[in-house]
Order: sequence, then C-alpha cells, then structure tokens
Amino acid sequence: MATESRTDPKGADAVSTLAARDEVAEARYHRVGFIVLFALLVVAPFVLYPVFLMKALCFALFACAFNLLLGFGGLLSFGHAMFLGMAGYVSAHAAKVWGAPPELAILAGTATATLLGVVAGFIAIRRQGIYFAMITLALAQMVFFFCLQAPFTGGEDGIQGVPRGVLFGVIPLTQSFAMYYTVLAIFAIGFFLIYRIIHSPFGQVLKAIRDNEPRAVSLGYRTERYKLAAFVMSAALAGLAGATKAIVFQLASLTDVHWGMSGEVVLMALVGGMGTVFGPVAGAFILVAMESYLTELSAWVTVVQGAIFVACVLAFRRGVIGELEAFLRRRRNRN
Amino acid sequence: MGISVPALMGQLLIGLINGSFYALLSLGLAVIFGLLNIINFTHGAQYMVGAFVAWFLLNKLGLGYWWALLLVPVVLAVFGVVIERLMLKHLYKLDHLYGLLLTFGLALILEGVFTHQFGSAGLPYSMPEKLMGGYNLGFMFLPTYRAWVIVASLVICLGTWFLIERTKLGSYLRAATENAPLVQAFGVNVPRMVTLTYAFGVGLAGLAGVFAAPIYQVSPQMGSSLIIVVFAVVVIGGMGSIMGSIVTGFGLGVIEGLTKYFYPEASNTVIFVIMAIVLMVRPQGLFGQR
Amino acid sequence: MKLKSLAAVAALAFTGAAQAQVSGNTVKIGVLSDMSSLYADIGGPGSVVAAKMAVEDFEKAHHPKFKIEVVGGDHLNKPDVGSQIARKWYDEEGVDVIVDVPNSGVALAVSQVTREKNKAFLGSGPGSSDLTGSKCSPNTIHWVYDTWMLANGTGTAVVKHGGNTWFFITADYAFGHALERDATNAVQKAGGKVLGGVKVPLNTQDFSSFLLQAQASKAKIIGLANAGGDTINSIKQAAEFGIVKGGQNLAGLLVFLSDVHGIGLEKAQGLILTENFYWDLNDKTRAWSKRFQKLDNGKMPTMVHAGVYTSVLEYLDAVTKINSDDGGKVIAQMKKKGEFDDPLFGKSRVREDGRNIHDAYLFQVKTPAESKGPYDYYKLLATIPADEAFRPLKDGGCPLVK
Repeated sequence: MATESRTDPKGADAVSTLAARDEVAEARYHRVGFIVLFALLVVAPFVLYPVFLMKALCFALFACAFNLLLGFGGLLSFGHAMFLGMAGYVSAHAAKVWGAPPELAILAGTATATLLGVVAGFIAIRRQGIYFAMITLALAQMVFFFCLQAPFTGGEDGIQGVPRGVLFGVIPLTQSFAMYYTVLAIFAIGFFLIYRIIHSPFGQVLKAIRDNEPRAVSLGYRTERYKLAAFVMSAALAGLAGATKAIVFQLASLTDVHWGMSGEVVLMALVGGMGTVFGPVAGAFILVAMESYLTELSAWVTVVQGAIFVACVLAFRRGVIGELEAFLRRRRNRN
Repeated sequence: MGISVPALMGQLLIGLINGSFYALLSLGLAVIFGLLNIINFTHGAQYMVGAFVAWFLLNKLGLGYWWALLLVPVVLAVFGVVIERLMLKHLYKLDHLYGLLLTFGLALILEGVFTHQFGSAGLPYSMPEKLMGGYNLGFMFLPTYRAWVIVASLVICLGTWFLIERTKLGSYLRAATENAPLVQAFGVNVPRMVTLTYAFGVGLAGLAGVFAAPIYQVSPQMGSSLIIVVFAVVVIGGMGSIMGSIVTGFGLGVIEGLTKYFYPEASNTVIFVIMAIVLMVRPQGLFGQR
Repeated sequence: MKLKSLAAVAALAFTGAAQAQVSGNTVKIGVLSDMSSLYADIGGPGSVVAAKMAVEDFEKAHHPKFKIEVVGGDHLNKPDVGSQIARKWYDEEGVDVIVDVPNSGVALAVSQVTREKNKAFLGSGPGSSDLTGSKCSPNTIHWVYDTWMLANGTGTAVVKHGGNTWFFITADYAFGHALERDATNAVQKAGGKVLGGVKVPLNTQDFSSFLLQAQASKAKIIGLANAGGDTINSIKQAAEFGIVKGGQNLAGLLVFLSDVHGIGLEKAQGLILTENFYWDLNDKTRAWSKRFQKLDNGKMPTMVHAGVYTSVLEYLDAVTKINSDDGGKVIAQMKKKGEFDDPLFGKSRVREDGRNIHDAYLFQVKTPAESKGPYDYYKLLATIPADEAFRPLKDGGCPLVK
C-alpha cells in the first residue's frame, strides 16, 4: 500500500544520487535510533513499571511483525490476532499442563503460529487488497470460534495460572527484572531479524512487489512465493510476541484472538508510521501507555482509539516516525 | 439419526429471521460498496445508533414504533451526509483501505461514546402492541413480530433492488460508479449522488436497528457482534451486487439455522468457512462481476 | 482503675511500635467490578457507593489512626484486564484489598494474583464455588453467595415442587459451568433428571435458537445457568416465544433484585429464586437500603452491594485489631473472629476454606397485584440456615482444610 507519491522535477540522475544519499543517511539515522532505543529500554525498568514495559515490548514486536507484512509487503491483514492469540494459548498450555520450561513453551507457541501462517498464507495470498484482508479476517474468526469452544483454551476464562518457570534451568522468571530482560532480549532478536529481512535482497524484492506487482512479475519474480514467505515470517514473529506475552502475564485469553486485537495492531502501525522501522515500536508504546492511563475510564479507551484512527487517516497518514523521517529528509535536502 | 422435523423447522424459521437482519444490513453495505467503493465498517455502529434513536423517540418524545420506522432512517441518513461530506470525500483518491480504517475508527468512537453513556447492559424497548402475540404453527410458536420482520425486510430489500437496478435514478448511480467524469459531463451532479447514496445506505442500517429494538436488547455492542458476519455475507454475495447480498443474507441465515440443528458447535464458523471457500474459488462472490 | 488503664495504654503503645504497621499509614481499597456491561447493575458503580458508605461509617464509629481510600476499576468481564488491573493496583498503587469482582473467571484470576502478592481479596460478586473449593486461597474470602448454595436452594426446592425434568441454558464460562454442575447434582440428589443442555457464549443477545432447543427437549423446567443481562434476555425472549404458556417453567438459578427490576413483574412473576439479602427483610436492612438508595440514583441495593459494604467493614475491623494490612494475616484474623453479627446478613462466620456462611432465603417474585411499589418484588418462602445452605467443609476439596 503505497503511502506517498513520487514526483520527479529534477531528472533521473539527480533522483538517483538523492536516493543514494538518502540511503546512507537513513542507515546512519537508524544506527542512532537503535542505540537510543535500546539504551532507553535497558534503563527503563528502573524508572517505569516493568509490567507495563513488558506489555509494550510484546506489542511492539507484534506491531513490527505486522508492519513487515503491511509496510514492506503492502498486504493489509485484518486477522493477525490469530497468530498472537493461538501462540499464546499453546505457550500457556505447554507451560502449565505439560510443564515445559519457558523457552520451550515460547518455542512451541511460535512454531504453532508459523504453521498457522503457512496454512492461512497459502489460502489468502492468491488474492490482493480488500479480498486479502477479508480472507484473513474470515480465517481469524474461525480461529476465534475454535478457541471459544475448544476445551483446552478454557473459553471465557482463558488459561490461568501459567507458571513463569525457570529460564534455561538457571534463571527464575518470577522476578520482574529477570522476566523483563528476557522479554527485551526476545524483542531485540525479533526486531533485528525484521531489520535484516527488510534490508536484504529479499526485502528489496518485496518492496518492489509492493510498489508495482505486475512489473515485478514481468521481471521474472515468483511474487506469490515472496508474499507467502513474508506472510509466514510475519506470522511467526507475531506468534513469538504472543507466546512471550502469555508467559509474562501468566494468562492466555480470548481477547488475544478477537478481531478487535487485529484492529489494534493496525492502529499501532498506522500511528507509529507504516513502512518505517521504528514506527510500530512507537505506535505500540503510545497505545499501551494510553490504555494504561485510561484504565479507570475504560469506555473512553475505545473512543480515543477511534479518534486516533480517524485523525491519522485524515491528516496524519505517515504516523509519528513517518513524520519525523519526512522532517529529517526535508532538512537534509535543504542543506 | 432421528431428525425431529418440528425442531428442524423451528431452527430454519429462526434462521430466516436472522437472515432478514443479515440481508437488510448487507444490503446497505453492498449499496455503499457497489456504488461508492467504500467499505463502511461503521455500518454496525450506525445500526446500533438507529436502535438507540428509536428508543429515544419512544421514551423521551413519546413517538412509538411506527413513527420510528419513518424518522430513524431519515435521522441516520442526515448523519450519513455529515460523515460523507466531512470525512469520506477526502479519501476517494486514496487506496480503498483508508476508507476501511476511517470507518473502523468511527465505529470505535460511536460504540465507546454510547457505552460510556448507557453502559452495556442495554435498554428495553417495548414491542408495538399490534405486533404482539403470535401464531401456533404446530411445530413451533411463531411470534407475530418476527414474522413481520421477515416480510418487511423482504419488501425493503426487493424495493431497493428494484430502485437501483430498474429505475432511471439507479442507472445514473451505476453509471456514475463506472465513469464519474463522463456522467458528470452529462450534467449529473455526481458528488451529490455519492453523498445521497451513502446516506441511503446508512439509513438502511438505521432501519434495521429499529427492527431489532423490540427483540434484541438495545445495547451499544449490538452492532459489533453483527458487523463481521454481515461483512462475510457481503463478500460471499459479491461485494457490489444488490441481489447477491439479499439472496446470500437470507440463504446464510438458513444455513446457519441448519448448522445449529445438525452440528451446533460449528454454527458460528460456518459462514466464515463458506466465505473463505468462495474467496478462493470465485473471489468476486457468487453474484458479483470482476 | 486509672492505673490499669494507664498500663493498658502503655502496653498498647509498646506493642504498636514493635509490630508491623499499616503500610504508608493508608488502607487502600480497590473496588474492581463490571462498570459498563451485563453485571453493572448487580455490582458496578453501586459497589463503589457501598464501599464508600462502609468507610464513612467505620471512620465515624472508630476514628482509626490510618487513612482509608477507595478506588474503582472496570474489568470489562475479561480475566486479562482484571488481572492486569489487580497487578498494577498491588504493585504500583498501594492497594491492599480488592473487593466485589462479579464474573467468576475474573475472580479466579484476581484470587491468584492476590495470593502471589500476599494481599487480600473479598469477593462479593463472583459465584463459582471453586473459589473456596479446589481453587481456595489463604488470601481470599468468598463473601456472599456461591453456585453450590444457589443450586441447592433453588434446585432442591423446585424439584420438590414437581419440576423434576430439567434442561439447562448455561453461560459458557467458569460461573455457568459451576452453576450447571452444582445444580445437576442437586436436582439428581432430589430425585430429578437432567434431559440435556446447551452452552451459550457470555453476553449473547439472541436466545431464540437455544430456547427452541429447550422447548424441543420437553423438560418441565428450563434452568437458566446464567446471570445479569443474559438472564434478563432469556426470560424476556422465553415470554416472546410462549414457553411458559406452552407448559414449561423457567428456573432462574441466579437472579438479582436488579434483574427482576429490569424484566418487570409482568414477565417475572412466580419465579422462585435464592438470595442472601433483601432490602425489605428487617429494620436494619431497610434502614441501610434506604440510605444506599439515596446515594445510588434511586436504585435499591442487591446482595452484592450489601456484601461489599459489610466485607469492607469487617476488613477494616480486622486491620485495626492486628494493626497491619498484610493480606494473609488480615484474612486469618477474619477467620479467627468466629461467629459475628453482620449488620445486613445476620449471624455469619468465615470458615477455614474462606467461605463466609450466613442464612439463605428462598423467595418468590410477587405478582403485579401483590406489589406495593417499585422494588417491592419478593415474598419470603423459606429460610435456609447457614450450616445447611452452603457446601459442607469437607466436600469442597480445598487444600487448606485439613
């Protein structure tokens, strides 16, 4: 889904040098961004409530995974909750009923989401645009109703009392800080994975497909395969986020497979900036902070979320990070 | 396995009643998408607002059900005009999906405000006297009101289909979707038609809300539980096809009823399974055109 | 005499200094409820009112040294939201005790978090008897009612009246399952038979197809194992489909005063139900309820509201006695108190498994002719003494019971 149109007043040469300069500058900004972000995250639990931070990190990973598919693949999935939630249920079940240690439980959850991604992707990828979104929604609804009725998910009550366990047999995760740094590590792995994917040759082809699929096909690329691969990767990373979340909160519930959750992750990507690297992280933190601030007035949360959706679509399509990047680019071009 | 005919017939009839709501609501959605290419996610919330306006008319202004049937669609249509003029018209040159996101946001706002104001418990709306009671059909007791809903929705659905497919106004609308500048060149005020079409679709949603008020609790959540199913109906029927959504709406209601009888656990998912299959095999829907 | 009291004061001062204090010299009470959905009238904002009334009354009567604060929160009937709010309240906001929590799924989650953090949970809202059974906790007291009590009260009475074949419409979560299970046991023990049942998602709008199945089963009694808005919808739609006219009867296994108010006497008359409190029972309940009514927009209190009020009073009393807000210790103190005279529930006692027992009442909803005005809805059929009303201590499977 292209979010900007390109005009070319100065001619092809100028554009390509500008583009090359752009890329170098972008890489530099990204490096600065990483350092600032991770420095903040390492120190944060001493200042802010760790549980809030862990929730934000899990959602940040979820949003990044979603953005891989939307911002870079150009595919809007309206059913991503199925990966988050299903992975959460499997992870919770593994930890609680099978007594698996946390790292294996999370692995099990992620694997489930990956499998689900293959199946769902295979069905959905054949279509584009709104039809693609609708298929993902339909599939997510089926997963939702399955989770509602399957005995192992506990229906409305969810799977409660999931043990945090002992990581690698050495680090007990019941302590907030131990859990936090584990979550941070998982987020870092996921984040860097996505970054590498985006900036790899695979990522370039993906972006080309997003911008103009018929041209990519004419160049000989098997676009279906690339899209499916992106879909499965996105599903797997969303599953990683969900599986981790279940261990952190020791609970897996229907909220995570409900279509409202699919809507929320779209909002996070939109607010933060679709197609940017840091956008989803910003979006996730903003939304989790807002929800946390408004817990006593829960009805207002939906209103505020809705208002943000409307405002973003009408006036703020590039999102927080998108606007920041545009500002930086304008300043650089002026020099 | 012994099939109990009375029980089966009962579920089919209930299915038909649910189907009427599916048909009415998907009709509005199909009109809006078919003619304007907008995916109106707000539809469920607009249906809910319609029910609340009906409640307001009855309990604050003393205007009963029959008044509501007339006034609510008008009120909702005006509301639709406001939304279209203020917000939607800016999105026509962008990707469809922005329209989806905007209307999704609007739905959240509406639901949130109403939930805050009225709680989720819901408000009672008394059934109009002329429609109380029912008929004993032998295999089940059919409340008069539910029979009225089936008949009335059929009439409205077929009326709308006729309006769009068989009248001059409808043909202008259909032409405007395919080639707006050309139709505009002929002197037809296309933007105004677009606005009125959206308003009409929203009015239909409001009307469905009035039908729902006496039998379902008038609650802020009533739209969101239906909207996803209605989307499935529209997609299966063919996103721009009026007849498609009518037939599919009633048809799926009946299929859901059958599933509730033979395999109740699957009754929630059957519509989505059908939708996924249809999208894979014939993505334009059963009645749609590419 | 003067010397003795001087010595007593000195001793108190000494022990006060040596023992654990009330943290931050503040007792913070968290009212976690369903503020906006199907249980909002049963608990909801009314529970916050009841808690504040209790705090006011306690401060007036005892002038405690510590400050008392009340905060409210909405769990939206979701266990993850409820447990997150509970966690945040305990970790970040110094909440010492959580009260109310209608919705058994949420209550079970909150009970776990409470145990983890060694705080206190006084559940007036939830129903599942598992809270004092297999999932009992030394930090939780189940204050007002539970599914076993309801099932036995209503179930047994209805079977004895001739309703000996049942079909259940069950809310598909912890509470509904517990209620159906306990009611099935009660019905079978009384000599009745359960012909079938159907599980319905929480907050369902349209019960028509489920009611149709109930009709098809030809059971004499359709047991509604649900609560709040679900019960109201089931009863209203049953009337629409002529179920009662067709010869079947509805048994509302958990019906609150607010539900009857929502359904109206026209449709609710004759319904038999079990509750532990009714505003018009005696002078004390009348006086308190009239006070409550003025503070809560003219609504009469439900037994949950009454429970929030007295549980907060008893909690504050225990905190004062041991001068500590350590969750486990306060709960232990409340159990140690033995039998006490609850201003609204009469003679009560908190058992080892965390179950607070008091009398239960079998009511029948009046006909419109019998009622003298709004909220005059119940006539008393029978009183079930505390020891019979609740599940015997040994049958619960609670690990705390030796």
